[in-house]
Amino acid sequence: MKKNETERTPNVSRRSLLGGAATAAVALVQNALAKGWPAMAVQVGISQYELKLLDDPTRVPGLPPGEVGTRSAFEKLVKKPSDISSRSPLQDLHGIITPSDLHFERHHNGIPTVDPARYELTIHGLVHRPTVFSLADLKRFPSVSRIAFLECSGNFRTGKETMSPQEIAGLTSQSEWTGVKLSTLFREVGVKPSATWFLAEGGDAARMTRSIPVQKGFDDALIAYAQNGEALRPEQGYPVRLFLPGWEGNMSVKWLRRLELGDAPWHTREETSKYTEPVRAPGGGPGKIRQFSFEMDARSLITYPAYPAQVERGWIEIRGLAWSGRGKVVRVEVSTDAGRSWQVAELQQPVLDKAHVRFRHLWRWDGAETEICSRVTDETGYTQPTLKQLIDARGPDTGGYHLNPITPWVLKADGRVFHKPQNWR
Amino acid sequence: MNRLIGLSCVMMVILGGWVRHSPGTNSPIVPTDTIPGRFGFGRAASAAHLTRLDSDVRPDGIGLPPGSGTAGQGAVLFRAKCAACHGPGGTGGPNGALVMTAPADALALSGKRPERVIGNYWPYATTVFDYIRRAMPFNAPGSLIDDEVYALTAYLLSANKVMDSTMVLNANTLPTICMPAQHLFVPDDRRGGPEIR
Repeated sequence: MKKNETERTPNVSRRSLLGGAATAAVALVQNALAKGWPAMAVQVGISQYELKLLDDPTRVPGLPPGEVGTRSAFEKLVKKPSDISSRSPLQDLHGIITPSDLHFERHHNGIPTVDPARYELTIHGLVHRPTVFSLADLKRFPSVSRIAFLECSGNFRTGKETMSPQEIAGLTSQSEWTGVKLSTLFREVGVKPSATWFLAEGGDAARMTRSIPVQKGFDDALIAYAQNGEALRPEQGYPVRLFLPGWEGNMSVKWLRRLELGDAPWHTREETSKYTEPVRAPGGGPGKIRQFSFEMDARSLITYPAYPAQVERGWIEIRGLAWSGRGKVVRVEVSTDAGRSWQVAELQQPVLDKAHVRFRHLWRWDGAETEICSRVTDETGYTQPTLKQLIDARGPDTGGYHLNPITPWVLKADGRVFHKPQNWR
Repeated sequence: MNRLIGLSCVMMVILGGWVRHSPGTNSPIVPTDTIPGRFGFGRAASAAHLTRLDSDVRPDGIGLPPGSGTAGQGAVLFRAKCAACHGPGGTGGPNGALVMTAPADALALSGKRPERVIGNYWPYATTVFDYIRRAMPFNAPGSLIDDEVYALTAYLLSANKVMDSTMVLNANTLPTICMPAQHLFVPDDRRGGPEIR
């Protein structure tokens, strides 16, 4: 029966259907509309809802190759933009690489348009040879690639049950970054021994500036011009950004235009008024303000099951991400009884330095209401704390930076999953 | 015997690292696995280029330009260019407060957390100048001349009561202003390991 149907399908070749390559674009659109091809609708920007789906896609020729790929119209992956940031949809992602167009964004005065032909990176200050590099110059140097996460240091939101991983912690993403090691450029310009800090300045309307210890530049800093195999996205600093593995995202200055070597930090606005956190003084007394808190503490988050997912009793693979700004993840534990007992989760290889790691834990849910959560331990021996532990250590006025608490999800008996608000003020 | 073979292997590696001969020719091949001290890429940055680009200011005053301004001049500018976002007198608007509205002690007694503004949170006065010059006003960054930046800095420091309102702010006077919050700032003491900080 099936075979006969197939034989009755008109034998139309792709080329004859299109009427030749020269008129392909027009013909494609017309044919797509006439035949109700959903994928073509995406390529020409037509809503899925304006078209009928085919009952049987095996009965008409498919689409020809395109100049760029498209996301299936059935997949509704979106960042959640505000005026100043947009967040990765962690609950919708698999594996460890964030698709470049879903990498979180945080800008301080918008995304500039930088002409790569006119782009320059200037390195000066306490160096023997103040130098200006074009983009082509930077690409001539030996290149390196590494997979690493980038996380905004203000990446914990809470307060209501109906919050997804994206809304709670969507300001972390992971890419393969390619560029030239900053240490290579430091040698090229001859950094003087008296240089202990460098200033990184962006070419955006905020002219973002951060002071960074020179040692980080020699350790593992990258001058990145590519992300996931292609040039940086404009939102990620096109054509060149600084990338500091494991350190708070704000320091990985985008649209990088200048590095100045100096013998003291500059105390810019973004490292004094912002990106600092009030902390309880050790042993009591007036509170202090913690500054230059660069490294991102180890963190994990269950991304499934999580709001807004609904689950059924029986086997559930609990999945999530874990990472540390101080090195490798060595262990992730999962609790399915509100933290009373913990079981070691499976880590997807490879476990990379300063990188998101995917963890999984197979669990048979009996359908009774419970809380599930995860906690990570990194290679320094640091174990992800609860919010209460963080507040006990830092005091109630600490603000929103560098919060990495264990984040429980509540499974209701009907299978709905909710965030458990973590309020402390 | 083993030792001899080992030695000759070491010699071959060492020699091979310096000069290798490709089959069929006698021309030496430069080793590819070492990085030269310099590649010679890029061009020298001229003094004029650096002057145009380098506008940052440090707490010790390095980088402050010529020019001056007073709080009185700054008040006029603030009303025209800043108050729409930061409220009248910098006391709060769509983009946050810049000026303390009550002493921290009084707020603490009333149980309210003081807003983090220039007068109670910023550790260095030079940062106010640097930030206004590089990034403000938000809709026209870089549009202020240096005298205007000095004037606005003077206005905000004066409104926060960390500077006498009659003082003329310039490259010599600005770095001498001591900010109340400076002594509160401590470097990060998190080090990894089991302790939660």
